[in-house]
Amino acid sequence: MRPRTIIEKIWDNHLIHREKGKPDLLYIDLHLVHEVTSPQAFEGLRMNHRKVRRPDLTFATVDHNVPTTRNRETKDPISKVQIRTLEKNCKDFGIELADIYRPTQGIVHVIGPELGLTQPGKTIVCGDSHTSTHGAFGAIAFGIGTSEVEHVLATQTLWQKRPKTMQIKVNGRLGLGVAAKDLILAIIAKYGIAVGTGYIVEYTGEAIRSLSMEERMTICNMSIEAGARAGLISPDQTTIDYIRGRRFAPAGEAFEKAAEKWLALATDEGAAYDRTIEIDAGEIEPQVTWGTNPSMGGSVSGSVPDPDSFATEEKRQAVKKALAYMDLTPGTAIRDIPIDVVFIGSCTNSRISDLRQAAKVAQGKHVREGVRALVVPGSQQIKKQAEKEGLDKVFTDAGFEWRESGCSMCLAMNDDIVPAGKRCASTSNRNFEGRQGTGSRTHLVSPAMAAAAAIHGHFVDVREIEKVH
Amino acid sequence: MEPFQTFTGLVCPLDRSNVDTDQIIPKQFLKRVERKGFGECLFYNWRFDQDGNKKADFVLNQPKYAGTSILVAGENFGCGSSREHAPWALQDYGFKTIIAPGFADIFFNNCQKNGILAIRLDKEKVEELIEAATEKTLRLTVNLEKQTIEGGGFHFTFDSDPYQKELFIKGLDEIAVTMMHEDEISAFEKKRAKEA
Ligand code: SF4
Repeated sequence: MRPRTIIEKIWDNHLIHREKGKPDLLYIDLHLVHEVTSPQAFEGLRMNHRKVRRPDLTFATVDHNVPTTRNRETKDPISKVQIRTLEKNCKDFGIELADIYRPTQGIVHVIGPELGLTQPGKTIVCGDSHTSTHGAFGAIAFGIGTSEVEHVLATQTLWQKRPKTMQIKVNGRLGLGVAAKDLILAIIAKYGIAVGTGYIVEYTGEAIRSLSMEERMTICNMSIEAGARAGLISPDQTTIDYIRGRRFAPAGEAFEKAAEKWLALATDEGAAYDRTIEIDAGEIEPQVTWGTNPSMGGSVSGSVPDPDSFATEEKRQAVKKALAYMDLTPGTAIRDIPIDVVFIGSCTNSRISDLRQAAKVAQGKHVREGVRALVVPGSQQIKKQAEKEGLDKVFTDAGFEWRESGCSMCLAMNDDIVPAGKRCASTSNRNFEGRQGTGSRTHLVSPAMAAAAAIHGHFVDVREIEKVH
Repeated sequence: MEPFQTFTGLVCPLDRSNVDTDQIIPKQFLKRVERKGFGECLFYNWRFDQDGNKKADFVLNQPKYAGTSILVAGENFGCGSSREHAPWALQDYGFKTIIAPGFADIFFNNCQKNGILAIRLDKEKVEELIEAATEKTLRLTVNLEKQTIEGGGFHFTFDSDPYQKELFIKGLDEIAVTMMHEDEISAFEKKRAKEA
C-alpha cells in the first residue's frame, strides 16, 4: 500500500459513502455539545420528530456564558435560558451533561481530553471552531455550525469534502522561556490567517515531538486562526501516556490493544502532503500581537510596525485600521505598551501546565497597581489540581483573581469583560475587535508573558526574568 | 430550505477583507435559543454607536441600500468563530447571496446549509462590483442553474459544487438526504462494534 498521512488514514477509516461529485459521508465518533451553538439544533430535531441517534457518543457541558464567580449565579436572564435549555435538551435526549455544579465541568475542549473522550483516530466535532484542539491526539477534529450539529445529532454522520493536506514541519527546539503559544503565534504571523484554508494541517518535526500533550493542544487549538479546518499531530508515546487511566479511555488489555492501533495511525514514512512548510523553532522569540487578527503580531523585542512598510495597499489599510482600533503608534516598542487587564485562561492556555508557568512568574511578586488580573482554570479538575499544588495561593497572594472554570474573558459572554478602551494581555486565541468586550483591545501572549505583564504593567520578555531560567 | 434558482436583488458593497463572524454578529447576541430575529443585530458594532444610534457612514445605514439582498465583500469573508448566527443574521436581514473572492471554510458551509448562496469570484471582478455598487445603484440577477451573475453591464460566471447546487435548486433538507443512507450507516456501526 502506498504510504499515507494520518489524515488520510483516519478519513478512510470513517468513510461510509463516496460518490463522484459529492462530498464524502463520514462517521463521527464523538460529538461535543455546549450551550451556545446547540439550542437551535435541538429545536430542529423536535420540529421534525427526530431523535439523537447516538447519545452515547455525545457529551455536553456549559462553558461559554457561565459565570466564573464562586456562587456561579447567572444574573443575565438570557444566559440562564440558554443554560436551562441545554439541561432540558440533554435530559430529553439522554445526553450526559457536565453541568455547572459537577466536578467534570469545564471548557469543552479542555474536558474532552481530560476525561479521555478525546482519543487518537477519532473523528470529533463540536459547534465551536476551536475543536481543532483535539487534533493534538491524532484525531480529525473540527468545528461545525449549528445545522451540522443537528445533522450529527440526527445521523452521527457529516458530509465532508476531502480536504487537502498540509505539513507544518517545525525543526529544532524552542528556546528556554519560549512557549508553544509563541510557536503557533509566530507561525500565524509569518504565514497569515488564511494559509490553512481548505487544508487539514499536520504538525511534525523535532520541536513538535518534544512538546507535552498540553502544549500540543495549544498548537492545534490555534490551527483555525491560520484558517485550517483542523490541525493534528501523529500520536506517540506522549499521547498514549496522557490517555492511560482516564475515565473514558479503554482499560487493561483493551488499552494496550488500542494503544497499538493508535501508534499505527502515525503518518507513514514517505507519505505525500499537498503542501509543506518548514520553520526553525530556534528562531522563535516570545510573541505579542499588536493588531486585530492573530497574524498581526511579532516578537516582544520588536515594535509596532509602520503600516507603510507593508507590501500591498490592502495590508496597509488593514494595519492602519488595526492600529487605530488598538490605539497604537508605529515605532512604539512592544515593551512600552501599558496593560490594564490580564486574562490567563481559555481553551488555548488554561491547563495545569499553563497555570504552573504563570504562577512561576507571579510567585512572590505583586500585580502592578491599576492592573486587573484574572486566572480562570479551564476546568474544575484543573482548578482542584492547582489548589492542591497551592497555585491559587500564589496567584491570590500576588493580587490575581482566582476564578471558577469557563470561557470567561476569552469571549466575554458572561460578566468577565474588558472595558471599552482598555488593553488586555490575554492567553486566549482571538484578538478581533470587541472580542473581549465592546471597544476592548487584546494582545495575545503566552501564560508566562501574561503573568509578567500583570506584574510589570507592560510587556516584558520573560526570558529576562530570572525565575524562568 | 426554500428552493433557489434565480433571483434579482440590490447589491450592497462592503469593501473590507477578513470580516470575521464577531463583526457580523457580536457575541452579546448569541444567547438566544431561536433562529429568527438576528437581522437587527447584524454588523451591530459597525451599524450602531454606543448609544444605539445608527452610524450614518456605514453602508447598510445608507438609504440607497435599503432592501439589499446581495452582499459583495472582500477576501476571507466570515473568518473566525464558527457561529451559525452569522448566516442567520445575514439571512434575517434579507441577504440571499454573498459574493467575495474567498470565504472561511466553516462560514461557507454554514451559508450553504441555510440556503444563502456564497459565491466565490475573482478578486478583480469583486472589486469591479464593489466599485459599481458604490457609485450607482447596482442590481444583479443571480442564476444558479446557469451559474451566471448579470446586470449593470456585468456578465460573470461562477463555479458551483454540483452536489450543493442540487440541494439548493431542489431545496432539499440534508438530514433527510442522509437518512436515505441509513443502511450504510448501520452497517458501518455493526462493523465497528465487531472490530472493537
Ligand atoms: S475558551 Fe474561548 S475559544 Fe475556547 S471554546 Fe471558549 S470561547 Fe471558544
